[in-house]
Amino acid sequence: MASVNDVVIKIATVNGTGSASANGLLMKSIFRMGIPVVGKNYFPSNIQGLPTWYEIRVTGSGYQSRSNRVDIMVAMNAQTYAKDMADVSSGGWMIYDSTWPRSQLLKRDDITIIGIPFSRLCNESFEGARARILMKNIAYVGALAALLEIDLAVIKALLEETFAAKAKLIDSNMQAIQLGYDFARANFKCPLPMHIEPMDATSKSIIMDGNTAAGLGCVYAGATVGAWYPITPSTSLMDAFRKFAAKYRVDPETGKNNYCVIQAEDELAAIGMVIGAAWNGARSFTPTSGPGISLMSEFIGYAYYAEIPTVIFDVQRTGPSTGMPTRTQQCDIMSCAYASHGDTKHVLLFPANPEECFYMAPVAFDMAERLQTPVMVLSDLDIGMNDWMVPELQWDESYVPDRGKVLSAEQLEKMDKFYRYLDVDGDGIPYRTLPGVHPKGAYFTRGSGHTKLGAYTEDAAAYQDVIDRLLVKWETARSLLPKAEIRYSKFNKAGILTVGSGDGACIEALDRLAKQDVHLNYCRVKSFPFGDEVGEFIEQHDVVYVVEQNRDAQLRTLLIIDINADQRKLVPMLHYNGMPINSGFVVDKVLEEIAKGRAA
Amino acid sequence: MTYIAKPKISHPGMPKNKLGLTSRDYEGAVSTLCAGCGHDSVTAAIIQAVFELGIEPHMLAKMSGIGCSSKTPAYFVSQSHGFNSVHGRMPSVTTGANAANRDLVYIGVSGDGDSLSIGVGQFVHAIRRNLNMCYVIENNGVYGLTKGQFSASADIGSKPKKGEANNQEPIDAVSTALSLGATYIARSFSGDKEQLVPLLKGALMHRGFALVDIVSPCVTFNDHEGSTKSYAHTRQFYHHVIDIDYIPPAEEIKAAYAEGEAMPIQMHDGSTIVLRKVDRDYDLTSRASAFKYLRERFNAGEITTGLLYLDESRAEMHELMGNIDTPLSRVPYERLNPGSAELKKLQGRYR
Repeated sequence: MASVNDVVIKIATVNGTGSASANGLLMKSIFRMGIPVVGKNYFPSNIQGLPTWYEIRVTGSGYQSRSNRVDIMVAMNAQTYAKDMADVSSGGWMIYDSTWPRSQLLKRDDITIIGIPFSRLCNESFEGARARILMKNIAYVGALAALLEIDLAVIKALLEETFAAKAKLIDSNMQAIQLGYDFARANFKCPLPMHIEPMDATSKSIIMDGNTAAGLGCVYAGATVGAWYPITPSTSLMDAFRKFAAKYRVDPETGKNNYCVIQAEDELAAIGMVIGAAWNGARSFTPTSGPGISLMSEFIGYAYYAEIPTVIFDVQRTGPSTGMPTRTQQCDIMSCAYASHGDTKHVLLFPANPEECFYMAPVAFDMAERLQTPVMVLSDLDIGMNDWMVPELQWDESYVPDRGKVLSAEQLEKMDKFYRYLDVDGDGIPYRTLPGVHPKGAYFTRGSGHTKLGAYTEDAAAYQDVIDRLLVKWETARSLLPKAEIRYSKFNKAGILTVGSGDGACIEALDRLAKQDVHLNYCRVKSFPFGDEVGEFIEQHDVVYVVEQNRDAQLRTLLIIDINADQRKLVPMLHYNGMPINSGFVVDKVLEEIAKGRAA
Repeated sequence: MTYIAKPKISHPGMPKNKLGLTSRDYEGAVSTLCAGCGHDSVTAAIIQAVFELGIEPHMLAKMSGIGCSSKTPAYFVSQSHGFNSVHGRMPSVTTGANAANRDLVYIGVSGDGDSLSIGVGQFVHAIRRNLNMCYVIENNGVYGLTKGQFSASADIGSKPKKGEANNQEPIDAVSTALSLGATYIARSFSGDKEQLVPLLKGALMHRGFALVDIVSPCVTFNDHEGSTKSYAHTRQFYHHVIDIDYIPPAEEIKAAYAEGEAMPIQMHDGSTIVLRKVDRDYDLTSRASAFKYLRERFNAGEITTGLLYLDESRAEMHELMGNIDTPLSRVPYERLNPGSAELKKLQGRYR
């Protein structure tokens, strides 16, 4: 196999041995050589000792999803040699630590085994067990640098930035890299037929994970109160918000915080805090994952009925129940859309990558405050915790937060009497007041049945009046939310419809299918309720492949429920094993369907 | 259920507070609780306390959960925002509300079911944060709205109207709060307004978590012979330890106290609490001795009331976090957004 800038490297290590920094170094070095990369971390729900993998896809074409092949396996974990070897694509390479030769185990004729005695090299050069283990993991970066032709100067520059204050670490890391590099050069033909060459395709991009981007987005959106309960894979979102808030939100005059982050005792409390803060006029949010949504559901229904702006980031992980906390899925679509008892439905936003996590944060707050309702941003582990190459983020200085219909003291003063739930404008959105502003603004917020005047009721008509008005608001939401991204290839009657992190795999699949003369149109929904354009897209086609990452075709179900889409047209394509979806899956499924159609 | 609107008549001679408002201005809707319910007396005490303190109605936030007690915020200060949340979750909503606006006075009204069963987690964590609020528990030992089941505060041996006596250990809000470091802890009785009103005033003005646990009998389901939360039982066994007088800021202490009988304590807002020691052995600044005393009196079957613990020194939630003095909800957006230049600079690290 020969190629330039099209290679997938997978590194198998043991959790807690410092491999994360080695892998980050490797990925960023390639990125700095101007070549697009995709990084995926497959880690266990464990702190130390279990197998963990990192996959770097070098993609000159700039695709965003993982690939379903492995060209070079760096097998640093003896526990998983057999499985790792089986994963290597035919014609590929497997690098392993030949300090302990494995001639019996490593038998496979269609791949090339590259033995490098990392442990021996590092034991000879470094003192102490911990240093030797860490350096062994840095040494493979050197070996790969030789085999792939990664620029050592780029690696060194990165190390210097990382360890700016610790010169000794730069030297020891470089020494380990050199060990791997020199051994590979001396013993194998470098570079491999599959290698990299500098490009100029990354200068306008950054590498960032979705949780960092969302946390940053919340800072830019003007969020002041965050409440949360730690849960994988959403924890790093609040970590990021905290970090950026500590940097940007400390009042220069007083040294005090212009933000408040509360670690709650559980998700029930976290959402209660968010609702309390929003009721009181702060932009507030909570990051969580599926189990947290289950716990928050009672309060989400409250916020829907009492009409309180509430922003929730659900970084989805594999369910049901505890499921696989460190694996990805899009399995909370239904539970978020209809969270809570009674007739409720909620606004959802679906970012496809970290870039959209950043830009959708202010949209989420704007929508929540404009619509006075919970807004859930459905990210997932793949977006949230993996490093993505995305275009450099821009901030539009003209942005003004939409705080919605909030009456000021002056407006209240002029009013005869304020009633909380009147549909004055006919858009289903009433006016609200904030505590502490004016005595005339006072009202009683309740989850019990209430009239449009805000009073408690058990009266049939008065109850129904309010609950029907919420449907008017729902239609207003539909018109305000971000529109689906739709691409037409050429005239044809089949399309792909997907959501969130399915985007990268589908876009790549469209290219690959086109090469086989299968042309499909494309629709990626960005919000729920679905805009009219989604229904139109489905109507225009005879068949729509609905690609999503859950077992039960939740997105497809929503399309049927919300816009009455013709379910006979909607062919489910479901990827739900916990790994991020890849284009090969989509291509295969589409070709299967087409073959079925021909046979029928 | 009553649908009659309360007539708004105030006598010209009615006393006015420092804002020029009468106590009528602090009233709410007509109560829909049972006639004789202890909670209505507590509501009346809250109205008096807030009126006398001269709190601007719109600067008061009335928070509650679910249950008979949680309905009562509708029955006082109708010019204040109220938040009747979900069962057992009033503390978290109040925490968030306070996080957003630290300028308001927060009063949470809860019950023994709401705070000691379904909401016990939120109750204890609000205390740990030293959330600046007045937390009232209207404690009657039963669930009223679901017709008389025991709550977690029911005493061992207390008899229900029908069925077996309770044999599980009660959760005592006061000693729970004491163990968790609440900074103002009081207990009182709905039938003792003279004691209750100053305790509520002190709790409303205290900076930090102030608990007022009030025995408030349920006339319908727990006021019979054999109940330890009945009017008759409470009157017989309740016992004042430390009563207080609340003196507003800049007002002189006028009452004459006998030597050694009274101890003034300065509050953060400049007001004074004068402790009137009924039991000279009681030390309300020591958690250890307060706990021992309370336990001993509890074992003797007494209901200890009064201001039972006070710590004016501990920082409340915002101070502990180092937050700005301005309510976060009022910080202008320009001060919250780092701007495009910073964003560009920051991204240098993500290359």
